[in-house]
Amino acid sequence: MGIGTLVAMLAAALAVIGVLATQQAYSLFLPGLLQGAVLTIEIAILGSLLAIVMGVLAALVRLYGPAPLRWLATVYVEIFRGTSALVQLFWLFFVLPQFGVTLDAFLVAVVALGLNVGAYGSEVVRGAILSVARGQWEACTALNMSRAQMLRRVILPQAFVAMIPPWGNLFIELLKSTSLVSLITLSDLAFKAQQMNQNTFKTIPIFTLVLLMYLVMSLVLTIGMRLLERRASAGLARGKAA
Amino acid sequence: MTEQPMVRFENVSKRYGTLTVLDELNLEIARGEKVSVIGPSGSGKTTVLRMLMTLETINDGVIWVEGEPLTHMKKNGKLVPADLAHIRRIRAKIGMVFQSFNLFPHMTAMANCIEAPMTVLGMKRAEAEARAAELLDLVGLSQKKDHYPSQLSGGQQQRVAIARALAMRPKIMLFDEVTSALDPELVGEVLQVIRQIGREHDLTMLMVTHQMGFAKEFSDRVCFFYQGKICEQGPPGELFGAPKNERTRQFLHAVLEAG
Repeated sequence: MGIGTLVAMLAAALAVIGVLATQQAYSLFLPGLLQGAVLTIEIAILGSLLAIVMGVLAALVRLYGPAPLRWLATVYVEIFRGTSALVQLFWLFFVLPQFGVTLDAFLVAVVALGLNVGAYGSEVVRGAILSVARGQWEACTALNMSRAQMLRRVILPQAFVAMIPPWGNLFIELLKSTSLVSLITLSDLAFKAQQMNQNTFKTIPIFTLVLLMYLVMSLVLTIGMRLLERRASAGLARGKAA
Repeated sequence: MTEQPMVRFENVSKRYGTLTVLDELNLEIARGEKVSVIGPSGSGKTTVLRMLMTLETINDGVIWVEGEPLTHMKKNGKLVPADLAHIRRIRAKIGMVFQSFNLFPHMTAMANCIEAPMTVLGMKRAEAEARAAELLDLVGLSQKKDHYPSQLSGGQQQRVAIARALAMRPKIMLFDEVTSALDPELVGEVLQVIRQIGREHDLTMLMVTHQMGFAKEFSDRVCFFYQGKICEQGPPGELFGAPKNERTRQFLHAVLEAG
């Protein structure tokens, strides 16, 4: 499917928001919801960055690290993949202080979601590295490259292309999971919506706007990932169609 | 001291489980010698090259390169399995060209040829590019230096792969069925390049091939492998002209019949 369809969807969603914003029943809620959306975006971006770092690190350690580190990485992946993100948020926010470690709610949100998605991401990275043809490794060996040189110069650039679509999915998952942070006192988009709804009972305009805003954010993300994929695979695919 | 052989396999065995692929192989290759390895599939001939390139471990024996052990290193007067640093030091003398080319698809022909000289040997870009340009010229591909592998024919890709291997200035070049994946009309151009580097470089060459005509014309010695052992070896004139062993005769007969 082309990027065109996605861009058209994005334009349509923005147009609908634009039209609704001319109605007072809707425009009333827009500033508050936008404020919440900013926090949602901040958490999503920082969480994604942490997820990438953790995903790549855990994958490399599990594939090539020494035994104790490998074991540690496996424990990390299984714990954060095997328990719910909500429980992880609660544990870091409500349980950790009982042991004398109190973290700021925003930091907890970024860390919990980043570690959670990073655990899934490590499997994506691992799979992509293992999917690079064996002949590529052998060519590197024949050129006497070190393991680090092989990974950095030959294997990861090729694995990167294969990683982009699944990472896109994970980023969208993360974006949607940010609504959980409303449960640890943060005023994100979902929290703002609930709060306004409780105060005004204008359920239709509020949740229609919220729905459209999440859609816009995920469409922007998807389009960005598609562009990245297109760019990254350009070198690999060049001339293949010919 | 007499001159060391360039490569020496000393009682080298390779097994996969209960299957013995190579059985106590002893083989010496002199500096500058061109050796062809022929034999039916499953005879262990490709394994010989892969072990020398350290793509396969060995179960028994020692492989020596210029008098130094490749698979082992000396410790307190004894030979112990080599560590990676030792292997890399010796392996630097060896280059290999594969049946399936294995060019880096995300790099141009030029980038493929300067990658290892820069990252592994620490060569400056200008120097690496000058050297790569010479080699691409040698294999007749100066015009294609900015092309990606996917934009090149199989024969062109294989010639880039040869240039890439030569860029590391190996003393020993291994060719593993390098024309087997090519369309028949592209085989000639690759063999021509091999012929040329055989002339222009003082290289030791070891090749597994199904091109009997080329093996006959090009090699100093031909080894016929059968069931993990060297069944017969000798100058190409003798081995092809008057094979002594019944297996060799049968194999050559079958191959020439098909050709």
